[in-house]
Amino acid sequence: MSEQPKAEGILSPFRVLDLTDDKGFFCGKLLGDLGADVIKVEPPGGDPSRNIGPFYKNIPHPEKSLYWWAYNTSKRGITLDIETADGHDIFKRLVKTADVVVESFPPGHMDSLGLGYSALSEINPGIIMTSITPFGQTGPYRDYKGTDIVLWSMGGQSYITGDEDRPPCRMSFPQASLHGSSQAAGGTLAALYYRELSGEGQHVDVSIQAAVAWTLCNVIQFWDLSGYSITRSGTKRMIGGGWARFAYPCKDGHVGFWVAAGFLAASSMPQMVKWMAEEGMMGIFEDRKDWGFDEWSQVDSMLMTQEELTAQEDTLIKFFAKKTKAELYEQALKRRIMLYPSSTAKDLAENIQLKEREFYVGVEHPELSETITYVGAPYKMTETPWRISGRAPLIGEHNQEIYEGELGFSKEEMRLLKEARVV
Amino acid sequence: MERRRVFEGVKIADFTWMGVGAIAMKFMANLGAEVIHIESSTRADITRTSMPYKDWQPGLNRSGVFNYFNDSKYGLTLNMKMPQAQEVAKRIVYEWADVVADAHLPGIMERWGLDYETLKKEKPDLIHVATALQGKTGPYSGLPGYGIVGSQLVGFSVISGWPDREPTVPFGAYSDFVAFPFMVTALMAALIYRKRTGKGQYIDLSQLEANVQFLAPPIMDYTINGRIMMRMGNRSSHAAPHAIYRCQGEERWCAIAVETDEEWKDFCRVIGDPEWTKDPKFATFKGRKENEDELNMLVEQWTVNYPPQEVMSRMQAAGVPAGIAQSGEDLVADPQLNHRIHVILEHPEIGPHIYGLPPYRLSKTLPGLTMPAPCIGQHNEYVLKEVLGMSDDEVADLLIAGALE
Repeated sequence: MSEQPKAEGILSPFRVLDLTDDKGFFCGKLLGDLGADVIKVEPPGGDPSRNIGPFYKNIPHPEKSLYWWAYNTSKRGITLDIETADGHDIFKRLVKTADVVVESFPPGHMDSLGLGYSALSEINPGIIMTSITPFGQTGPYRDYKGTDIVLWSMGGQSYITGDEDRPPCRMSFPQASLHGSSQAAGGTLAALYYRELSGEGQHVDVSIQAAVAWTLCNVIQFWDLSGYSITRSGTKRMIGGGWARFAYPCKDGHVGFWVAAGFLAASSMPQMVKWMAEEGMMGIFEDRKDWGFDEWSQVDSMLMTQEELTAQEDTLIKFFAKKTKAELYEQALKRRIMLYPSSTAKDLAENIQLKEREFYVGVEHPELSETITYVGAPYKMTETPWRISGRAPLIGEHNQEIYEGELGFSKEEMRLLKEARVV
Repeated sequence: MERRRVFEGVKIADFTWMGVGAIAMKFMANLGAEVIHIESSTRADITRTSMPYKDWQPGLNRSGVFNYFNDSKYGLTLNMKMPQAQEVAKRIVYEWADVVADAHLPGIMERWGLDYETLKKEKPDLIHVATALQGKTGPYSGLPGYGIVGSQLVGFSVISGWPDREPTVPFGAYSDFVAFPFMVTALMAALIYRKRTGKGQYIDLSQLEANVQFLAPPIMDYTINGRIMMRMGNRSSHAAPHAIYRCQGEERWCAIAVETDEEWKDFCRVIGDPEWTKDPKFATFKGRKENEDELNMLVEQWTVNYPPQEVMSRMQAAGVPAGIAQSGEDLVADPQLNHRIHVILEHPEIGPHIYGLPPYRLSKTLPGLTMPAPCIGQHNEYVLKEVLGMSDDEVADLLIAGALE
């Protein structure tokens, strides 16, 4: 057990050595925000992922990547070249007092450095090693390279994302490694729980491809049970009798809405039709103006025709056209209609519910003399509050604190290690 | 060495339904927790009444969605409108459970007397983990929702698709699949804390707040730089070629991502170093980005001649990242996924079909799918008699009263 860091969190007793790049650093952040003492170990000069944009005030600089900032909070940072003999020895010393090592090198790389799980567990039998790789440590594709578009595709997402008449599509902000990392946090905590019981560490082997494949809803089942291959279909979905629209244009963007059938229709449509009636815009729904919960819940999507679906769509497009996302969303709450804005980053920054729940948090950036707004807690826990203990570390920010303060290196030793480009 | 399961002995009363909560508790079951999934046939879980059904035949036990999200759990049906049913639920929580999981709108668990404030009075070490689209507090917490519109609220649709077209709606309930691992993580953290301190707690998981984690840099880009990220097809700011290219066959595609000059050279070698690759305008990353439309067209002239499997394996053999845009059919046949996560279980009503393991392997503990998803009410007798120790007569009374529907 490492010594208690300052702020008490759920994972405060644990120390994590984080060797990852953008494939895995979100995992270390999740553990750090839960209180773990996370030490980001970067190669001298810094993690190349610091060059991923966007950047603070559009200044491309390794200390100003918003991508790096967002996913490396609550960590201290040291530089260390684990591929040198000295770096290798220093890393092993750090492992003695650590509880978890998270890494995202290609499978076999840590073994080739003599720092694989079996070597580390000899130094510290309680050590947990979490490896986050594109396809996992085993299997026929284990050595394949994976970038976001590759893993999004191999995980089955691109085939079902985009428009029917265009190629499969990715999401414009990379998702795959975030799925791998958030799953890796779960795998790591499972191993920590097991260690509480047994004292034993273990190797947690995460596949990003498999994590993406866990986002497919029913694609695998459609093929497995019905021999049907789901393809991409833009704003529309096949709902039985035809294609129904799920995103509607409005005055300043789009909103998510679906007329639906059965229970879902019954929960929203009586209120929606009443609203349209108030504005004299019932259109095709004129003959359903008196329908309540019971009538709408009888609607069977299998029996709807394309003609009917298109007519409903046209009526709603007219109704939404002159209203903004914010106006529509406000009425949705008042009238209890399942309608949501297709939020942009701006909408999310200004979202009322997030404000009311005090979601966003300010994090001090002393190097800029500024407090920056960060995305807040992914879960609210009553006993052990989540918190960002500090902004992402600067390159080698805690070298002195850890090498001299904790490992007891002299200034002279530090000078030698720096000259040899070990730290 | 004995390989135990991680959460052996942890007992979860699972009142969730639909996506997030159900899958999160399935993961806990796969890691060894004992999970009783409590539902009602009077208002069946929407995933039980969703396609796909085995052979297109509807039926509460025939949906691939419910089954994929609920394996390794015991299934109990309770009509919670009835006081007798609520009594059974309370006994499960008070006498048996370590964890209560729910995915209901605010007010429902309170109505049943199963809210955390009530439960913790008698059971202070209880962990209650709750998930709702927008959390259990705040002005929008009472507005119901579901994944396909939820994915738009949380900000994914406007960044999916093509810049010259409408946004595309992420498939299915994408936001559910971003959220559920956070529920798993929060619960595991609370279990570690309970192990160390003996204390329980309440976890409020807002799916919106969990999903926004996956968009943190674009939100900061707006608050700091005023830029609003929008969809840009398959373009990347740091790689070219970077797209999903048409391959030989109907609707066959392969992604290729060339991120470095070295990968560009390797890429050119794989496609046989045709004349156009020597054009100086493609020699640098900057040049390739400036001429990206033409570049993509030329790349596709090569990829269309080969099936995607061959494009992928030739590129990967040369160290160039590439991967098939896999369809449902491809995924079921994928040797890597079949090696890593797919498991076939024999379901009592629809026979053998595919289930999924978590996307991680733990070297010393066995994750496992212990049984297929429960048919509706399948384990009523087991739960009432074995877990709660009820007599045949007591069970019969509940049955006659309609409390087990």
